[in-house]
Amino acid sequence: MSDIKDNLKYTQTHEWVNFDNAIATVGITDQAQHLLGELVYVELPEQGREVSMGEEICVVESTKAASDVYAPIAGKIIAVNDALEEHPELVNQSPYADGWLFKIEPNNPNEIDQLMTPADYKNSLD
Amino acid sequence: MSFTPHTPEDIALMLNSIGIDSVEQLFDEIPSAIRIEGLPDLADGINEMAMGREIKKISAGNKNLLNFIGAGAYQHHIPSAVWQLAGRGELLTAYTPYQAEASQGSLQIIFEFQTMIASLCGMDVANASMYDGASALAESILMAVRANKKTTSKKIVIADSIHPCYLNVMNSITRYQGIEIQCVETDRYNDVNTLKSAAHESFAAVVLPQPNFLGQLTRVDAITDWAHQHHALVIGLVNPVTLGLLKEPGSWGARGADIVCGEGQPLGVPLAGGGPYFGFMACKKQFIRQMPGRIVGKTTDTNGKTGYCLTLQAREQHIRRSKATSNICTNQGLLMTVATIYMSLLGPQGLKNVAIKSHQNTARLIELLNTVKQVHCVYADNFCHEMVIQVPSSAKSVLKKMADRGVAGGYDLATLGQAWADKLLVCSTEVHNENDLQQFITVLKTAIEDV
Repeated sequence: MSDIKDNLKYTQTHEWVNFDNAIATVGITDQAQHLLGELVYVELPEQGREVSMGEEICVVESTKAASDVYAPIAGKIIAVNDALEEHPELVNQSPYADGWLFKIEPNNPNEIDQLMTPADYKNSLD
Repeated sequence: MSFTPHTPEDIALMLNSIGIDSVEQLFDEIPSAIRIEGLPDLADGINEMAMGREIKKISAGNKNLLNFIGAGAYQHHIPSAVWQLAGRGELLTAYTPYQAEASQGSLQIIFEFQTMIASLCGMDVANASMYDGASALAESILMAVRANKKTTSKKIVIADSIHPCYLNVMNSITRYQGIEIQCVETDRYNDVNTLKSAAHESFAAVVLPQPNFLGQLTRVDAITDWAHQHHALVIGLVNPVTLGLLKEPGSWGARGADIVCGEGQPLGVPLAGGGPYFGFMACKKQFIRQMPGRIVGKTTDTNGKTGYCLTLQAREQHIRRSKATSNICTNQGLLMTVATIYMSLLGPQGLKNVAIKSHQNTARLIELLNTVKQVHCVYADNFCHEMVIQVPSSAKSVLKKMADRGVAGGYDLATLGQAWADKLLVCSTEVHNENDLQQFITVLKTAIEDV
């Protein structure tokens, strides 16, 4: 049973979003890391890049597959998790905390409301 | 018997599904001028014996000329052992082995090949080979644009002359991917100042040919440093044989080239009328995930024994489909094997000797050419084993007269434009002896008088 946090928002493409203090922190869900298997590489977006909702901006690569991560909301990348360069396995070990991918400063914070609730995301997995 | 498994009904179904009426329609975009409609001089349905006789007659028209043409494909001595070994059943395959459990020998050869190429280029890693030098360059350009995170520019600067065919292939492959190519004509020494004045905007990479198409050495150190100062990557386009003698691209300038590619034919592959050849590609470790193609890695199995397998394939087409790094699906297995055997037999010193002897022969040829009054050596220094000469009439007519006397005198540079129509690109390698060089001079003199 994959772990779904109650305090987060989700996307159909298995990203989670933690909206706090006008900044959205983004990662991939426990379900996603489990399906991918052990990650060996994370290609992070460039800091400062303007991204639109649904844009492919990051690649997570396991020994068996490379998958895109999509921007859950439009905005500007203001931080990336540099620790993943040396330790991509953090995404497997701690998908909702140490394994975060990037932070977005949203152009329009209301877009957050379009994301899935924990219950919706859970239903989509069943 | 039919070798195609699908029935007329299958074919009709497939044609219907993509909305065309006939299989021929699939080939509509190929111009009729280059399409062959049957073989006009060959009767239909002739038997093997008659066919053999016909082919023999045609091949008798081939002339065995004393060769001084280089221009991207080079005649070098190939030790007999190379193809004797490559022809063994264990090695004679053109295909990449996917099944590690059944292909340890082939995989190890690829691994050794990668190691040799990486070492020759002064790079950290190499892939299992590419289709040819031109496609390796095109893929290197796509790779540089992907790998360069410091700029969003898709512009590539080419520092002076590369093979015109390479330009064509490059355009075919990169044109529809938004990549813009700027060829900067530098002076004969590839002075970095010319580049400075030509390349204003930001660009993703600089292509540095060493030697360039005209056989000239490029000022690689200065241009590499200049490119890096502008946050561009450096793609070295090199001849592997000359790397036996010249500075490895990994040591160009302060930080070295980032990607290195080239044509592998000089490493034991016969000229063979233009192919098949193979390309090679190497890079710094930090760019390895952007390198296309097959890569073989060395590992240990569950029993702790050394083993080899394909690695870093997660971004390739068989796994990532339309989102793959490239559409390179395989490598040039047989020719890569041949190059590995060739390099193993020669070793670093042998390869260096080939490069030195080729250079010495070319230098000697220039010395002899200086005695021919009507011929001007356009680039008489700064060369590797190829140089440009100017003749008093059209290069084409001189070459024709030389061929009539048994010498392939060089490559007609008219392909570069009208200003080059009286110039020849002439190459000498270790296969020539003093008599051959003298013969070249004699035949050239006669040809000039004759024209």
